[in-house]
Amino acid sequence: MTYLKKSPWVIHYDASSCNGCDIEVLAALTPVYDVERFGIINTGNPKHADIFLVTGSVNEQNKEVVKNIYEQIPEPKVVVAIGICAASGGIFRECYNVLGGVDKVIPVDVFVTGCAARPESIIDGVVTALGILETKRLAMKEKGNETMDKSGSAV
Amino acid sequence: MITEPVISLVNAVLFILLAPLAGGLIAGIDRKVTARMQGRVGPPVLQPFYDVGKLFEKENMVVTVTQHFYVLSYLVFMIVAGALFFSGGDMLLVIFAFTLSHIFLVLGAYASYSPYSHIGAERELIQIIAYEPMIIFTAVGMYMVTQSFNVSAIVNSGIPIILYLPGVFIGYLIVLTIKLRKSPFDLSTSHHAHQEIVKGVTTDFSGSNLGKIEIAHWYEYVFLLGVVYLFFGFSPVIAVAAIIIAYFLEILIDNTISRVKWQLTLRSAWLIAGTLGIVNLGVLYYLKGVIMP
Amino acid sequence: MNDLVFLIGFPVIVALLMLLVKDKIRNYIVIISAIALGIASLYLLIIYFNKNTVFFDIPFEPTSKIMFIIEILLAVYILYLGITFKKYFTVALILLQAGLLLFLEMGLIPGIEPVNNLFIDQLSIIMAMIIGIIGSLICVYALGYMETYHNRHADIKDRRKLFFFILFIFLSAMFGIVFSNNLIWVFFFWEITTICSFVLIGYSRTPEATNNAFLALSMNLLGGVAFIAALIYIAIMDPSGKLFGLDSLISSGYALAIVPAVLICFAGITKAALMPFSSWLVGAMVAPTPVSALLHSSTMVKAGVYIIVRFAPVLALTTEGFIIAMVGAVTFLLASGIAISQSNAKKVLAYSTIANLGLIVACAGVGTYNLMWVAILLIIFHAIAKSLLFLCVGTVENRIGSKNIEDMGGLIVRMPKIAMMMFIGMAGMFLAPFGMVISKWAAIEAFITAPFGLIFIAILAFGGSFTVFYWSKWMGKIISVMRHQEVVEDTVKKEKWAVLYILTGLVVGVCLAFPLISTYLIEPFIMNIYGVTTRLSQANFAIMIMMICLLLIMPFSMLFYRTGSKHVSPYMGGRTMESEMRFSGTFGTMRELSLSNYYMEKYFGEDKVFYIGTLLCWGLLLIAGIILAGVVL
Ligand code: SF4
Repeated sequence: MTYLKKSPWVIHYDASSCNGCDIEVLAALTPVYDVERFGIINTGNPKHADIFLVTGSVNEQNKEVVKNIYEQIPEPKVVVAIGICAASGGIFRECYNVLGGVDKVIPVDVFVTGCAARPESIIDGVVTALGILETKRLAMKEKGNETMDKSGSAV
Repeated sequence: MITEPVISLVNAVLFILLAPLAGGLIAGIDRKVTARMQGRVGPPVLQPFYDVGKLFEKENMVVTVTQHFYVLSYLVFMIVAGALFFSGGDMLLVIFAFTLSHIFLVLGAYASYSPYSHIGAERELIQIIAYEPMIIFTAVGMYMVTQSFNVSAIVNSGIPIILYLPGVFIGYLIVLTIKLRKSPFDLSTSHHAHQEIVKGVTTDFSGSNLGKIEIAHWYEYVFLLGVVYLFFGFSPVIAVAAIIIAYFLEILIDNTISRVKWQLTLRSAWLIAGTLGIVNLGVLYYLKGVIMP
Repeated sequence: MNDLVFLIGFPVIVALLMLLVKDKIRNYIVIISAIALGIASLYLLIIYFNKNTVFFDIPFEPTSKIMFIIEILLAVYILYLGITFKKYFTVALILLQAGLLLFLEMGLIPGIEPVNNLFIDQLSIIMAMIIGIIGSLICVYALGYMETYHNRHADIKDRRKLFFFILFIFLSAMFGIVFSNNLIWVFFFWEITTICSFVLIGYSRTPEATNNAFLALSMNLLGGVAFIAALIYIAIMDPSGKLFGLDSLISSGYALAIVPAVLICFAGITKAALMPFSSWLVGAMVAPTPVSALLHSSTMVKAGVYIIVRFAPVLALTTEGFIIAMVGAVTFLLASGIAISQSNAKKVLAYSTIANLGLIVACAGVGTYNLMWVAILLIIFHAIAKSLLFLCVGTVENRIGSKNIEDMGGLIVRMPKIAMMMFIGMAGMFLAPFGMVISKWAAIEAFITAPFGLIFIAILAFGGSFTVFYWSKWMGKIISVMRHQEVVEDTVKKEKWAVLYILTGLVVGVCLAFPLISTYLIEPFIMNIYGVTTRLSQANFAIMIMMICLLLIMPFSMLFYRTGSKHVSPYMGGRTMESEMRFSGTFGTMRELSLSNYYMEKYFGEDKVFYIGTLLCWGLLLIAGIILAGVVL
């Protein structure tokens, strides 16, 4: 049985966007799109999340934060980079402190294009991510006991 | 001939097995109704089960292993409290076991030493002290009407308790809002969406631990609604109707009132307990001979 | 009879030895005599538990003469100290007390010859067990504690000889109080404990300690004056002196007994530090921690409630009894509230002690048979759990150099064993299925049938929730895991560990054995007085024992989870946190994370709540005084 696909919880982080993409992400939660239909909840807490939605480009200030949030999401997890900024740095690309897209600091599974990305494509991106999530879960299950032993440690 | 202890035992086992199903369904319907009130379609009714199933599929991640212990204890003592209740045990003992289980949740939040969990824990404690007096008054009120603290005796008394304890019942409904983590009193954590303190008490729990907390909530729902049943124990049909209406009211309040600060939560809960509860009990106490059967 | 005399006399001999011997030998003597006292009190239990009240006829005359001389000498000593330190209120009180005493001894007592001066019954056994076992354990603990104490506070003069002398004299006096049937003797021992407490509070001789010692002394002397007034009243009412016997006074009926009963209960209220007298107990926390554990939580203040419990049959269902119960109940509610606002661990313990003593008095004041049962139960559970907590706090204080709860964060990492013990001690104070909750439960069930019980239930419900709050947040503090800290508890001495282990065992053990204690000690005692007795239902016993076992098993679940969990840092809103609890703040600076508990000063501030409590309780006492005056006239 796989419940993962039926209950993807997301955390949304705004790296350094113009806030255009963020508004579109939040739009997906409104009654018009109502992503909760698919069991999607915006948790705001990496420890509860399965899908990491990042908008905007990564800069010197927030690269640690992006990494930190990524690390605090329990496996299996996927990263969805939303908007052109998150893909490549977009219009902020040339800024002195901007590193570029999200993939500069953490592995990204799905890129959603658009400036700003439309809610439909964001939802589409998340649905694509669900497929990847499922493969990751199976991979994790196979590794199973192996990883268990390695990661275990005392208080 | 079936003896009483056997019935109690069967009831307890039934509670342990069926309460999560019922509780999960209640949570699912709750989310559906909430969505409809907000003009959304909402998740499937079985969504809570999917969520918990998912949580158990996730990686086991902790800040400290002691979290496992606190969460497990929270779940176990929640089950103990509920099972005691449904097997017809002593109301006060049930309440104390219930408090014990919540203290474990609070301790689990404290254990991780994160600012969000910490504030969540403090607020959860404030909630506990806000609702506890009223819950004790509920038990005391039932004793005054039925002359027993035993749940089985209260149910079997056949007395329309609600007629004697209207004030206590309203007071109980108000603390029920706190217990169900509904707005305006969802200070320490709320079920869906995030709030200003991220997820409060549950912030640093993930995967199966969070799943266990969710299951404990399901048990809690069933227990709390079971107490509503007691008020109407004389007639199961009315009782079930009352539970449905009460729960619907809670959802309505949740969706129409914004969250208040802890000061107001504490004050209003105590004010309600102090006035409605005590006045109701006081009247009952002095009119013992007049209106009591 | 010899065993009683041994328990009263043996500590005196040890005390005298304490004045003579050197440090090393002292350790041996204290440990050996502690074991002896423990065994003697157990022996007492075995011999007397199934005999109801047993009286012993010790000749009154010579003993009383000696007591009288000691009392006068002590009065002169206090007079001297009071004048030196310019504490004129104390001077006035001691003069008044000495005058009344002289009047009693010279004018009224000559010619009487009360018999049955010593006695023992189940309540005395319980008290003797508390004094003999917990008291001597604390003495042993004090050995190590005082050594570290003087190492840490080099500026305080080492007066350990005096310290242990007083400690053992105190034990003797406590045994004296619980074994004496003659009220004149009870009063003598009562005054001895007051003076022991005075000397020990002032042990460090700092100005603060001296002031608090005099505060404690004057409040207790006030109680002493009331006690003596009761004795004089008895002597006038009954020139034969028969009523000086506790048993005959209690059975003499309302008309005769109520005036002395209320006066003595007033003395009990001062000794038990109920409001409005609670400030002396809070001030007494400047004393070394074993003193707080012994005198100010498990034994001496218990003498105050002990005497009120003794008089409960007289108070039962009277207006006077109700007023005394109200003083207790108000104290319980308000002191629990104040405890929320305190961050000094010893002050929290002090207020919690005051609150619980208040609850005991509330039960005893109403005085129905099932409330009496609760009161005795509370005395037992509270003595054990609270002394454990005091000793744990003392150990922590010696290690980390602070009594502040905010400094105890992560204790579970730094001092895992101590933290576990504190955890158990606190659980004993407020969590089901441990002692205090059993008592709270029984109290609710008992108050519901008592007149005006609803008021007490309301107070209990609110006060109980305060209790949950202040213990839980403290518990939360010590169990929060901060991995960077190192273990600092291996320097704690062996005998201290032994004491702590035994007390922890007792906290759990007494909960498991409580059905036995109830059946063999408390119920017969109550049966004897009221002719009816109470008990929780067998089914509930079983459930509670199951819950305790479950609680004991639960920690083992951690073994199961030891491996297989990934460790991450706590969530900090995305900020990376180093293992030293530091995170990168703005402008690249590293900031330290520190979390603090809620204290709700605005709601439960000490001054405000204490003021309310003082007003209420003085008001109540005044009403009681007026009623009493009515009875006398
Ligand atoms: S992609 Fe366009 S809308 Fe989105 S953050 Fe970048 S600039 Fe703004």
